[in-house]
Amino acid sequence: MITITNLNHSYGKIATAKNVSCNFETNKITVILGGSGSGKSTLLKQIVGLQKADSGSIEFNGQDVTRLSKRALYEMRKEMGMLFQGSALFNSFNIFDNIAFPLRQHRSLSEKVIKTLIKIKLEMVGLRGTELLMPSQLSGGMTKRVGLARAIIMDPKIVFYDEPTSGLDPISAGVINKLILDLNRKLGVTSVVVSHDIESALLIADKVIILFYGEIIATGTPEEIRESTDPKVIQFITGSPDGPIPFSVSDKKFIADLMEG
Amino acid sequence: MISNSITFLGRGGLSSVQVLGRSGVFLALSLYYAVRPPIRMTRIAEELEFIGTKSCLIIFVTALFTGMVLALQGYYTLSKFGSEALLGTAVALSIIRELGPVLCALMVAGRAGSAITAEIGIMKITDQLPALEMMGIDPIEYVISPKIIVSIIALPLLTAFFDIVAIFGGYIVGVLLLGINEGSYFGDMVKTLTLHDIYSGFIKALSFGLLIAWICTFIGYTAKPTTEGVSSATTNAVVLSSVSILMVDYVLTSILF
Ligand SMILES: Nc1ncnc2c1ncn2[C@@H]1O[C@H](COP(=O)(O)OP(=O)(O)OP(=O)(O)O)[C@@H](O)[C@H]1O
Ligand SMILES: [Mg+2]
Repeated sequence: MITITNLNHSYGKIATAKNVSCNFETNKITVILGGSGSGKSTLLKQIVGLQKADSGSIEFNGQDVTRLSKRALYEMRKEMGMLFQGSALFNSFNIFDNIAFPLRQHRSLSEKVIKTLIKIKLEMVGLRGTELLMPSQLSGGMTKRVGLARAIIMDPKIVFYDEPTSGLDPISAGVINKLILDLNRKLGVTSVVVSHDIESALLIADKVIILFYGEIIATGTPEEIRESTDPKVIQFITGSPDGPIPFSVSDKKFIADLMEG
Repeated sequence: MISNSITFLGRGGLSSVQVLGRSGVFLALSLYYAVRPPIRMTRIAEELEFIGTKSCLIIFVTALFTGMVLALQGYYTLSKFGSEALLGTAVALSIIRELGPVLCALMVAGRAGSAITAEIGIMKITDQLPALEMMGIDPIEYVISPKIIVSIIALPLLTAFFDIVAIFGGYIVGVLLLGINEGSYFGDMVKTLTLHDIYSGFIKALSFGLLIAWICTFIGYTAKPTTEGVSSATTNAVVLSSVSILMVDYVLTSILF
């Protein structure tokens, strides 16, 4: 469904994508794993055309996203849903109006139908009854689940989830994982999940892509990733501080840096 | 060294031309969306409430005291020439032609302008603007355009309100406190005021409304996506719009009178 070829992108000196090539298949769940700051959110934003790539191409249903006009992008996004990392709820609207927003903008439905649809989605994320609260009255995890409900309210064919389970307690995380799986297995929603939660990732993924400071260091099924002998992959999935992936962002040796004063 | 500073100047010039160009496109797009259907009446009502209604109290207080102090000072000056009777005219002319539009615009820039920049900046750093784009809504159309159009509508209305309150403030001091004849306060005012005075005050108010909204929305929209970015954008927006109000006021005055 999506094919990325030789994608490059940087914010000034920080490279967020270095010659990235990969593809996301229809009706599959692809999980992008990677440490903090490795460019996962930026990659998602480029796929949906919110961020311009420096070079390379991103093909979505046969169209090159990097070359689409604004109008064509808006058209393309009608098939997409996105859960932003910070949920991106409109803080001037209550929960109901937040979720109803895309419906009211693009469909002419009666308020009664909208109400029913929202009840269904809120039930799916376990938050029925919070309709009249404001986003500032929700906890981080609840905000995330409302963001998820809003992302799927238009029944998109493809959903991008930016860290859907981070900041959630294990039970809510389990519910969200099951929801992502159900949407995919029962309704065939193509899913792209960004995460650094290895357990969840290996559980729900059909395919895993590991991103490391803008570079793809491994791609494969969860089994392949689990059995990988690549030291970088082993270090990443075991979460070991020692290995080829440095914990610190600085290239300088810590001792040398200390001695410099 | 010299070539260095020349490149530096060149680059500075180039980037300010670029900023001017981009902000021009930004404004043109917002104005285009404002007149193209669908007209977002709910959004316009929300912004009218925020930029207009909520500015009324502060405009009332500012106007009242401006009118009062103007009457006090004017009385002192005019009495030196024995022409206290002209006080009403003096107050009305300086309010309608000059102080009304300018002070009203400065108050709106400080109250609503800063809030506009902060709101847009926060929507940017919390991904609310990208979220709108994901839902197929252009943020310039939905968020920015109503703010600009409402600011252009609200400023003349607020200025008219300011003028009336200030003239009333002058009346309190001039007539009730200093004992000027009520008939001469209002009578001479009506006789000497021309339509042109009112019309030029109106043009000023319109221009300031556009100016505040343009500067404050553009700075918010292009703010660095960090908390410091948004807070410095807010300060810059207020400073820049206040200074431009005073500069544009001079230009307009020299053209209109
Ligand atoms: N708007 C921006 N301007 C400049 N630099 C940015 C911007 N957004 C992100 N970056 C930088 O780009 C790099 C990648 O950011 P990104 O948000 O894509 O990482 P991430 O993989 O999603 O990290 P996390 O897991 O912490 O969310 C980071 O080093 C970040 O500092
Ligand atoms: Mg991220």
